[in-house]
Amino acid sequence: MKDTPMSNCERDFILKAIEEKKRLDGRQTYDYRKIKITFGTDYGCCFVDLGQTRVMAQVSCELVVPKENRPNEGIMFFNLELSPMASPAFEQGSFPSPLVYPLQLERCLRNSKCIDTESLCVVSGEKVWQIRVDVHTLNNDGNLMDAASVAAIGALCHFRRPDVSIQGEEVTVYSPEERDPIPLSIYHMPISVSFAFFQQGTFLLVDPCEREERVMDGLLMIAMNKHREICSIQSSGGIMLLKEQRWKDLKLTCDLQNGDFVPALENPWRKAGGRCGFAESMPQERITALKTDQTAVEMTDVSETASSIVQTAVAPPQTVPSPSVPVPGVGQVGEGLRNTWGLEEEEEEEEDVESYSDEEEEEVVILYPETTKKPK
Amino acid sequence: MAGLELLSDQGYRLDGRKSTELRKVQARMGVFAQADGSAYLEQGNTKALAVVYGPHEMRGSRSRALHDRAVINCQYSMATFSTAERKRRPHGDRKSTEMSLHLKQTFEAAVMTQLFPRSQIDIYVKILQSDGGNYSVCVNAATLAVIDAGIPMRDYVCACTVGFVDETPLADLCYAEESGGVSSLALALLPRGGQIALVQMDARLHQDHLGTLIEAAMTACKCVSKVLDEVVRQHLQETSVLSRE
Repeated sequence: MKDTPMSNCERDFILKAIEEKKRLDGRQTYDYRKIKITFGTDYGCCFVDLGQTRVMAQVSCELVVPKENRPNEGIMFFNLELSPMASPAFEQGSFPSPLVYPLQLERCLRNSKCIDTESLCVVSGEKVWQIRVDVHTLNNDGNLMDAASVAAIGALCHFRRPDVSIQGEEVTVYSPEERDPIPLSIYHMPISVSFAFFQQGTFLLVDPCEREERVMDGLLMIAMNKHREICSIQSSGGIMLLKEQRWKDLKLTCDLQNGDFVPALENPWRKAGGRCGFAESMPQERITALKTDQTAVEMTDVSETASSIVQTAVAPPQTVPSPSVPVPGVGQVGEGLRNTWGLEEEEEEEEDVESYSDEEEEEVVILYPETTKKPK
Repeated sequence: MAGLELLSDQGYRLDGRKSTELRKVQARMGVFAQADGSAYLEQGNTKALAVVYGPHEMRGSRSRALHDRAVINCQYSMATFSTAERKRRPHGDRKSTEMSLHLKQTFEAAVMTQLFPRSQIDIYVKILQSDGGNYSVCVNAATLAVIDAGIPMRDYVCACTVGFVDETPLADLCYAEESGGVSSLALALLPRGGQIALVQMDARLHQDHLGTLIEAAMTACKCVSKVLDEVVRQHLQETSVLSRE
C-alpha cells in the first residue's frame, strides 16, 4: 500500500516555515521531542516513545557455533522490522528507502564495538552466545533511527544472559532460578542523533517529524557516546555544504542529547533487577504499574500475637441449626445476623408497599411483606 | 599484530606513502562499446569497472517512474576473485546492497535528473580487485562512466577514504590500514562548491578530531578531482583526434 502523496501546497508551506526557522509543532531547530523509555517485565525488553514515534526492542540469546574466522567471539545479530503497522509506506520487501534504517542501525551498534563479543564465548570454536536484537517499529512519526538506537541500546543494557559453567568437557547452562543471570558487558552506549537538512545544508533540523522527513533533502545521522566519541556518521540523500561552524553546532547538539539520554538509560540497570518503571523521569500514563514498592512488615513477635488472638477469640458454634418453615414456600436455616444498619424494628414494619393506583389500571395487587421472627 | 605500524616515526605508511599522499590513479574511459558509458579506474591496487546505461525508458515496474526526474538504479558487485578469500556471493548480500544504496544516493544528488523525467539511468560497478577504499574507487569510476555517457552532472563526484592514526589523518586507506582498526571516514564531494554528497564513518573517533579528518578528506577529494579532470580531457582529445581522422 502506497503512502498518501504530499500535496504541493503542504510541502511549500513546510519549507517556507523552515526558512523562517519555524517548525510545525513549535519546537526550535535544535529541540528534541519528549522521549519516554519504559522497560518490560522480561529482561531485554525496551519501549521507546519519541513524541508519537513508538519503537520496541527485544534482546534474546542462544548458544550457537561461532563463525569460522572468529572462533572466540560471540555473534551479534541486529534486525530492524519496518512493519506496515508503523506506516503504510513500509511494505514487505520494498526497496530501497526502508532498507536504509536497518543498515544504519547495524553500523552504529556493531562497528562501534559497544558490546564485548569476546566475553560471549563459552567454548572457543564450538559454542558462543548469539545475541539477537529485534527492533520493531510500532508507529512512525519521523526519526525512527534515533528511537531505534535508544531502544536497542536500552534493551542491551537491560538484558541478562543465563550463567554458564564449564567443567572439563561439560557445559552447564543454568536457568534463572538456579543462578542469577549475568548482564552483558557493554563498553559504551552509542546514541544516534538525526538531522534533516534542507536547501543544501542551509537549514538543519534535529529530530524531524514525519512531515518534515517527507520534504527534507537528506538526513544526517551522527551516533555519539558519552565519552564524546563519534561512533558513526551517515548521510543519506542530498548534498550539503557544511562549514566549520555547522560541525561545531552538530557536535554540541549531540553532546546535549547524550547528556539527556544516557542518564535515563543508566538508571534502570543500576537498580536491582532492572525491572522498574521509571518514576522520576517519566510519568506513568497507565493505571497499573509494573511493580509496586515493597513495604516493610514488622515480624518480631508475630507468633505470640497470633496465639494470644486465637486463645481469646470465642469458639465458633459447632452445631448447625435445622431448617424451619415459617410459611409454605419459605425455608429458613439459622437466624441470620443482626441487622447492623441502624434501622429500628418499627421502621421495618412500615415497609408496606403502597400501590400508586392509576385510574386506568384497575387490577392492582397490593403486597404486604411477611414479618419474620426477629432475634432478641 | 606486532610490528605492523600503520604510521612509522618518520611519517611513512606501510606502502611507503606519506600521510597525505594518495595512491596512483590510472583511468580509461570508453572501455566498452556496447554500453552508453563505461570507465575503468585503478587506485593503487583497487581496480573497479563502471558501466552506465541510460537515460532510457523505465524497465520493470512503470509505477516506479518519477514524473519530474529520472530514477537512478545502481548495482554494486564484487568479483569472486577480488578479495583474498573467494567471495561466495558477489551481489545480494548486505554489504553490496548497502553500497548500492550509497552509490544511488550519491549520484542522485550529483546527476541533473530533472532533465530526464520518467526515465531510468543504470549504473553498474564491479570491483575486480579489492585493496581498500572500495566505495571511493567505485564513486570515482562511476563519475567517469557517467561523463562518458554524456549525462549532465552538477560537478565531478570525487570520493576518498581517510583514516586517523596517531593524531594524523591518513588519506586513501589501503586494505591493511582499513582492517587494522583505524577509524575510517569515506567522503564523496563535489569539489567546485565543496558540497558533501555522502559522508560515512564507522569506528570510534573523538569529536575533536572530526574537523581535521573532514578537512583532510576534502583536500584528498580535490586532488582526486584534478586527476579525473585530466583523464577526461585526455580522453576527449584522443576521441576527437580519432574521429577527425
